[in-house]
Amino acid sequence: MDLRFTSDEIKFRDEVRAFFRTALPASIRRKMELGQRVSKEDTVTWQRILNAKGWAVPSWPVEWGGTDWGPVKTYIFKEEMQLAPAPDPLSFNVSMVGPVLIAFGSEAQKKHFLPKVANLDIWFCQGFSEPGAGSDLASLRTAAKREGDHYIVNGQKIWTSRAHHADWMFCLVRTSSEGKPQQGISYLLIDTKTPGLTIRPIHTIDGEHHFNEVFFDNVRVPAENIVGEENRGWTYAKYLLGHERVGIARIGAAKHRIQRAKALAAGVMIGDTPLSETPRFREKVASIEVELKALEITQMRVVANSVRLPKGAADPTSSILKLKGTELQQATTEILMEVAGANAMIREPEHLWGTATEPSIGPEWTTTTAADYFYTRAASIYGGSNEIQKNVIAKRILEL
Amino acid sequence: MDFDFNDEQRMLKESVDQLIADRYTFEQRKTYMKDGSGFSREMWNQYAEMGLLGLPFDEKYGGVGYADGGAVETMIVMEAFGRGLTLEPYLATVVLGGGLVNLGGTDAQREAILPKIADGSLMLAFAYEEAQSRYNLADVATTAKRDADGWLITGEKNFVMHGNCADKIIVSARISGDRTSRDGIGLFLVDAKAPGVSRKSYETQDGQRAAQIKLSGVKVRSNDALGNDGDPGKALPLIEKVADNALAAVAAEGLGAMSAAHEVTLEYLRTRKQFGVAIGSFQVLQHRAVDVLVSLEQARSMAYFATMMVNDPDPVERGKAISAATVQMRRSGKFIGQQVVQLHGGIGMTLEYKIGHYFKRLTAMESLLGDTDHHLAALARAGGLIEAGV
Repeated sequence: MDLRFTSDEIKFRDEVRAFFRTALPASIRRKMELGQRVSKEDTVTWQRILNAKGWAVPSWPVEWGGTDWGPVKTYIFKEEMQLAPAPDPLSFNVSMVGPVLIAFGSEAQKKHFLPKVANLDIWFCQGFSEPGAGSDLASLRTAAKREGDHYIVNGQKIWTSRAHHADWMFCLVRTSSEGKPQQGISYLLIDTKTPGLTIRPIHTIDGEHHFNEVFFDNVRVPAENIVGEENRGWTYAKYLLGHERVGIARIGAAKHRIQRAKALAAGVMIGDTPLSETPRFREKVASIEVELKALEITQMRVVANSVRLPKGAADPTSSILKLKGTELQQATTEILMEVAGANAMIREPEHLWGTATEPSIGPEWTTTTAADYFYTRAASIYGGSNEIQKNVIAKRILEL
Repeated sequence: MDFDFNDEQRMLKESVDQLIADRYTFEQRKTYMKDGSGFSREMWNQYAEMGLLGLPFDEKYGGVGYADGGAVETMIVMEAFGRGLTLEPYLATVVLGGGLVNLGGTDAQREAILPKIADGSLMLAFAYEEAQSRYNLADVATTAKRDADGWLITGEKNFVMHGNCADKIIVSARISGDRTSRDGIGLFLVDAKAPGVSRKSYETQDGQRAAQIKLSGVKVRSNDALGNDGDPGKALPLIEKVADNALAAVAAEGLGAMSAAHEVTLEYLRTRKQFGVAIGSFQVLQHRAVDVLVSLEQARSMAYFATMMVNDPDPVERGKAISAATVQMRRSGKFIGQQVVQLHGGIGMTLEYKIGHYFKRLTAMESLLGDTDHHLAALARAGGLIEAGV
């Protein structure tokens, strides 16, 4: 047993750290440090910088632009990226549609899409949830009927993150009503510019536009855009469940928030005492740090163990990473907002976007804390709510 | 980064786990409890035979001779002991008493004591806590005064784990300074039968034994002061190091108790039927069981962390890591202890069933060498685990 990285891993970490220090554009770094929203352009810019370095899609096979890093280095890479702090790569591209295409797509699909997905020439969004199919995703009803060389898609998706930025959508559609609900679902790639497809914004409690409703009115999708076989889409979507759990706890991002909260609390005075010197604050933060350290080691255990598992197999312990990880994301946004105090409640969206021309009313750093707090409530809802995660753990791990 | 055991450690784990499974069933444990000193001498001898009692010591003192004092091996043993809710004075004798002599004793003291611990013929206890000290290891009112040919120790110690059966008691006593000053604390080897020593033995809530010990001008020879490089008043860093060793060991013991309690509870959820179905089919109980699992895995990670940090050369880093691990262990222990009783319903409340005993042991651990608040405050004062920065 040994917590330390090998000298080779430390060399790698230093290399990654040095690269992030020089390659991440200063304007993007500044936004990330202040907790501001990064724009679509920022995300694309950063993804292309990574891609030029060959680091855009490290978990993909080498032949499709990936690396041969293995779990430990991939873990180091992701941690360092969050600590830089750099924007997250677009998970819909890198961790979702990419791996599904690699595993189940046709050669033509792989050749056409994968390079563009890696370089973010194509921005994908995920069309899963529907008004009547949230946690019970398999009850989805958006229908795709085959007519000659096309599928005709009718229905509605909801909570579609960043669909307003997207060029394409990977979409679960119903192609059969026979058998169990899971059996009649297909995985379809849809160009968002296709006639009949309409995107409407949903504004979230942080006042921002992350989510959308997407309506399909006789949308004609070429049949060649189906991934794998018809009615097998549920299996493909589920394939991702055990995949890419390593980054899901987002330890690096939570650590970065704690670093900030501590530094900023030193400048917040309670009478003559900095907030950072009050036992109440220190113990509150220490309490989160304990859980964060525990989760970091849990994550390291999953990483160390994954070296031994067959590729694609899921470690049962990994399922708790999302549960606890989202709780800690939320706890860290909460503490930052508390440090900001009443200033957090001043709503100045231009400061959140980094487009302000006027100085903020309160300290600049406080302007983003409430939005971060409000939006991060979604972390325990999307990607399978934490309650659904618990159902899955009870069944698969605890065998109840 | 590696969380595996080596071959030797795997063999140790197999043999200790097997021993506990075979010889420490709930029924057997009940009979051990009835023994006069509250544990099984036979098991103690068995541990000696397996080399467990000399585990942290050098080969020349009858030990195994691990380079790092056997931190991982101690974890393996303690986790098994936690599963079995063992009653023997392993922590008191080997980890605490043996640890103090091993790390702070003179060569003569090591030669005289460690081989006897290893062969099972000598039991130790460590008397550090006092009525007023409230987990502060530096708060020592017991005094050690120079006498013609040694020391006179006077004071009262409490919560002395296994002080009932110890042959020798290591006592912290103040040689100089204020009651809470870090300097001026010495450690003295006191014969339990020496004139002036009186002990009141008692059973603790979890079925273990402890003692309250009064020392009234107990005479101790000069060479029974623990070494400390010739300065007997500088014992606090040694006490803190050995306390950290013990906290790491207790973390592993707690982990063993929590995992076993979790497993017993899962089995109950699968087999207990109400409303015609296994109660584990109810979502509200499933989610509670998942909460227990999450808490257990967090505890496992921190027990590993404690083990891997306990020999860190920087005492500040070591202390922070041990306090952080202890906070997690105590929280998980409390949560899991309470939930496994709740998940069992009425049967969780009876002394006749093992689950309540896990709860009791986990509860007793909470106040061992500092409770949750004590360690959280210590960690917070030391600046936490993550450095401030933008």
